[in-house]
Amino acid sequence: MDSWKVKKKFFTFSIIPGFAWIMVFFFLPLAFVWIMSFGEKSNIIDVVITGTLDNYTRAFDRVYFKVLAHSFLISLITTFICLIISLPIAFLISFSSRRIKTFLMILIILPFWTNLLIRTYSLIAILRTEGHVNKILEFLWIKINNVLLFLGIYDGQLTPNEFIPLNLLYNNFSVIFGLVYIYIPFMIIPIYVVLDKFDKSYIEASLDLGAGQIKTLFKIIIPLIYPGIISGVLLVLIPCLGSFVTPDLLGGSNSQMIGNVIERQFKSANDWPFGAALSFLLIYITIGLILIHSLFSKKIVEEKIL
Amino acid sequence: MTKKQSIIRRGPLEYSKIKWLKYFSVVFFIVLYAPIINLIIFSFNDSRLNIVWRGFTIKYYVKALQNETLILSFINSLSIAFISTMISTLIGLSAAICLWKFNFRLKTYYDLSLLVPIIIPEICMGVAMLIFFNSVHWPVFTIWPLNLSEIIIAHISFSFPFVVIIIRARLGNLNKSLIEASKDLGATEWITFRYVIFPFIKPALIASSLLTFILSLDDFIITFFTSGPNNITLPVKIYSMVRFGVSPEINAASTILIMIVIISTVLIIKFLNYEKDLK
Repeated sequence: MDSWKVKKKFFTFSIIPGFAWIMVFFFLPLAFVWIMSFGEKSNIIDVVITGTLDNYTRAFDRVYFKVLAHSFLISLITTFICLIISLPIAFLISFSSRRIKTFLMILIILPFWTNLLIRTYSLIAILRTEGHVNKILEFLWIKINNVLLFLGIYDGQLTPNEFIPLNLLYNNFSVIFGLVYIYIPFMIIPIYVVLDKFDKSYIEASLDLGAGQIKTLFKIIIPLIYPGIISGVLLVLIPCLGSFVTPDLLGGSNSQMIGNVIERQFKSANDWPFGAALSFLLIYITIGLILIHSLFSKKIVEEKIL
Repeated sequence: MTKKQSIIRRGPLEYSKIKWLKYFSVVFFIVLYAPIINLIIFSFNDSRLNIVWRGFTIKYYVKALQNETLILSFINSLSIAFISTMISTLIGLSAAICLWKFNFRLKTYYDLSLLVPIIIPEICMGVAMLIFFNSVHWPVFTIWPLNLSEIIIAHISFSFPFVVIIIRARLGNLNKSLIEASKDLGATEWITFRYVIFPFIKPALIASSLLTFILSLDDFIITFFTSGPNNITLPVKIYSMVRFGVSPEINAASTILIMIVIISTVLIIKFLNYEKDLK
């Protein structure tokens, strides 16, 4: 590692492209959003920057606050479900043999690189009224009814005469299902990375010393893979909060999230300052979550040193 | 459940042999893949309604290939992906070398600032790009590829930090004595880069540019905000088709996109394995 003063020319030449790009085409646009969030619409096209805080107070109006709270709830539920599913899957992968491990990791990564829009769309065919889940349920329903008829138990009163398809689409269930489906690799990968590195003899020692499997899980494994869990939670929670495609395609009118409100301000309602304020609210939430994370990880490090 | 027996039969750490864990993961992978496989299968289905299997056909692929806006959006997508991959690989490479080679006062902050585009929700970045291009009155071009400049710029902004991360990870493994040896033998900075550093980071360079290509090709949200009516990409086109409901044509267009991504993924894995061989 050289000090930059040694080769000033080389240093300038190598730092400028990246630095200039991120400043001009990333932080400058963000600054524009920030400035616009203090603006007011003067007519259909023009926005005047007046320094008003109205856009932010409006975000906490009853209607929008409800959407905000709803987004948080949906995201938290999604994150929790992802965590519950990811732990055993990551566990299984990290304890598999080397070849199976690589194969399973490819299986996890492949859908992760498939277009988010296409994956969301693919769920519609599965969940809709005449979709595959309902088809399977109908099939089972007919079979069970036939068995009941055969046994003479069924008198047509026990269950409705015709199969009523379940409403699996355009509600909160489908939104949560879609979000879990899309973001679960973000949870599995960090947990797997930590699990893979960690010294398995701790588990052996714990089992040898008489702790049961469940006690070992909660007292040894989970505390040690905690950093992986926390990064997984962040990696799922942040994109979930800002998600817009999934609630847009799979959700009904009651399952709108903050991303849909932002999109509407720019694409149809044409209230850019309010949309900018909502976007910055989302950025503040993200920064807040990351700060909490870094505080926590510092605490963990300190505890380990002590 | 005969828990004790099963514990005796397998070793204490052979968790991969626990039955319920196995079944659980089989169900998990089926649920993970069933929708996409279903989508691919039904792109060959000879029925508009797309509910029941009515025989094999490729007519929806033919139809998709005859759809002019679809083809145009596909060409746009590929052009954007190619150009943004080239530029972001170059920018990412120079930034990675700068961060690897030099110490400077605001280095930590520069390092952190490169992570921000990766972390913030995509919709915020899309909004930022929309407002930015509108506020600076970005000129409307009609010549290719300048008509795609807004989308290309947005794509470079979110993808070059990934290139920096991947190449820096690789540079971290480079033995510094190789560079000292090269300089001792009288090589200039350029010769050292050309014959020592570049061959070493080549696999990472290829893998990161393929990743950038996929990120650009796949991106919907940021493109959705930066594209106008005349410069749509394939995902944006698919979105507008999806709004009108499920159709086998969408399945066909999606399948093409999925196939390109899978091929690129296989290539990335190949290059990353090549990297392992070098070690």
